[in-house]
Amino acid sequence: MKNSIIAIFAALLAANTQNAVAQIGRPFIHDPSTIMLCDGKYYTFGTGGGGLISEDGWTWNGGAVRPGGGAAPDAIKIGDRYLIAYSTTGGGLGGGHAGKVVTMWNKTLDPNSPDFKFTEPIEVAESLFDEDCDAIDAGLLLDPTDGRLWLSYGTYFGFIRLVELDPKTGKRVEGNESVNIAIDCEATDLMYHNGWYYLLGTHGTCCDGSNSTYNIVVGRSRKVTGPYLDNMGRDMLQGGGKMLIAARHRTMGAGHFGRYIEEEGVEKMSFHFEADLDQGGFSTLAIRPLMWKNDWPVAGDLLQDGVYEIESERRGYALELAVDFVRMQQRMRWFRANDTTPITSVASQTLDDVKAVWPEGKTSVRAGDYMTRPHQKWSIEAVAGKGGFLGGAYCKIVIEGTNRALTASANREVAADEYTGADAQLWRIEQLTDGTYRLMPKSVPDTDEKLVLISTGDSTVGLGKFDMESDNSKWNLRNW
Amino acid sequence: MKLLNLKITVVIVCLAFAANAQPKSNGGKTSLGTPDISNYFEPSSGDDVKPADDGFIKRWLLLEPISKPNRTNAVFTDSYLREVFGKEYFPNQLSVLPKNGDKVKVLAEMQPPADMRAGRPTMPTPEQKPIFKNQTLQWHAFDSKLYNVKLYRFATGLNKQHYGVIFWAVTVINCDADIENVRLSAGSNSASMWWLNGEEVLLMSGDRRMVADDCASPLTTLKKGKNILRVAVINGPGMSDFCARFVDIDGKPINNFSISNK
Repeated sequence: MKNSIIAIFAALLAANTQNAVAQIGRPFIHDPSTIMLCDGKYYTFGTGGGGLISEDGWTWNGGAVRPGGGAAPDAIKIGDRYLIAYSTTGGGLGGGHAGKVVTMWNKTLDPNSPDFKFTEPIEVAESLFDEDCDAIDAGLLLDPTDGRLWLSYGTYFGFIRLVELDPKTGKRVEGNESVNIAIDCEATDLMYHNGWYYLLGTHGTCCDGSNSTYNIVVGRSRKVTGPYLDNMGRDMLQGGGKMLIAARHRTMGAGHFGRYIEEEGVEKMSFHFEADLDQGGFSTLAIRPLMWKNDWPVAGDLLQDGVYEIESERRGYALELAVDFVRMQQRMRWFRANDTTPITSVASQTLDDVKAVWPEGKTSVRAGDYMTRPHQKWSIEAVAGKGGFLGGAYCKIVIEGTNRALTASANREVAADEYTGADAQLWRIEQLTDGTYRLMPKSVPDTDEKLVLISTGDSTVGLGKFDMESDNSKWNLRNW
Repeated sequence: MKLLNLKITVVIVCLAFAANAQPKSNGGKTSLGTPDISNYFEPSSGDDVKPADDGFIKRWLLLEPISKPNRTNAVFTDSYLREVFGKEYFPNQLSVLPKNGDKVKVLAEMQPPADMRAGRPTMPTPEQKPIFKNQTLQWHAFDSKLYNVKLYRFATGLNKQHYGVIFWAVTVINCDADIENVRLSAGSNSASMWWLNGEEVLLMSGDRRMVADDCASPLTTLKKGKNILRVAVINGPGMSDFCARFVDIDGKPINNFSISNK
């Protein structure tokens, strides 16, 4: 009977979890603009007008309003206003490559706000019917080093071009001449990092569903005007580009990059997959961690449900239940040169081998040498219905095979306690720009502070403020 | 973004323009923005030339495009390309070294005529079968002014069909001595097949954008004397071009040879 109850409980738990594979809601869009946060909500606009809104960054639905139709917008916040750039044409729409990029402002992106009103679109770039460029697919960069505003545009038809805009008006800087910075990309975007300018472009075949070969590549330059070279030193004017992201899992056709910086060390990239097989094959918004390696951007992945060692970046010790270490019966086995006994596999220690010595109820946690033991194996599962954040759903973290959940406690403590679904047991797990993770409880008792799991010592853990400069704030998730 | 179905419209419209609405030249480009061919090519002349410092081969004999309608480049699978490039379009197409101005007759598949009754071109229906016609096409000896050979501009510059086409190009690599352990390193938009001295050395399949050094041949030898390098590029909608150079065993470009078209 007891086993049956446990089995039913386990089934209920399983039904209440999900693999974190995509945004939820109806996150369907093509060419999503860079995600904007406005009055606590997230917005992205797409081709054809309109766009998506999310209250938490995880659940997305339609409702954003962008007039003008056309294709492939981008967005940027400058001061207290939002600048939207988009092409009124569609890369061949109407039978040629006569393109036109316009910009317009709005004080808010909330269509229900009384302040919601777009300014009249201003033309900032154009192309003729058959010149070596098609003025569509706008990408905006406000240079953090000098405050100048840049617009990239173009598509598979010829050059990608760069022009300068006035960040006060959104107009083209008078007398500014366009610069060719790449060929045959689509959906370009620009970003700055650590002394480098980056040009993101989409290669491959668009708009072919599960057969779309769309992929996002990148080159970098010390100057915003280029040359943008890939990791082989190849100019993007010669087709160069280092792969950032292509198809993954059951999604394919990655295109139209946008960067979102949450805070130092926490960055996300938005784009679409042209087909998400788990979401009806629709073109779907995707949000992934954006990491940096040797000053090259690297696309992270959604955290998959699984069993992990949670290893501190500080010392390399593993998060564990503070319980007695139970020795395995396998003792040191010496060998002799003439030993011919069969070589056999030795069973791992299991939960059943050790749980009898574990205390009941709330238990302390700490960090220690990783020994692949049950008290160090954490099952991480996204929890349905508990919301999420940009790029992920809240997860519960329990010792594998148990209901002992990592729980934020008062006084900046953390422990393992019976899982109830409380916010203190739901964790926002985000991959940082260096590839490590931060683990942040949805809420912490007795405080509104935004705290994360930290190493308070090599072998002790607690909660503290996130500090990208400190390895105390960082963890590695190992699923060996 | 580019939309496949929109690209179809582009093909048709541009064909319609090519056939019906020749734009007027205006300072190096037409009123439609089409740049003049002189921006990209100049007639080959004089002695043999060396490759560029970065090794790219700029002297080519280019055949005016053979009509081969394709609504999308997604059809360029390996087997499709072997079938299309394996077909004989003109005599000795894998061995001939044409001269500037030579003409060939080709039985080519033509795009069904655009239906303009609605005041704008509409797509041919699936029931509209291709039409085969004899085309007389001319070889042109050109030097590219760029590192790459802009086939699309070669076609538009000569007022020829530029979407749904196959381009043939030939050049001659002259070596004073055998150069061993080299690779042909090339890129093309869209798919292409390459032959060196009559032997296939590269097949680039798929809806491909031109990327320098996209594909490299197996190690080979450029023999003393003439070496004939030949490429066929197929493209549906969108621009078309290629670039090619030879690299050594370490991947570094070589230029210790000369290039001619005879």
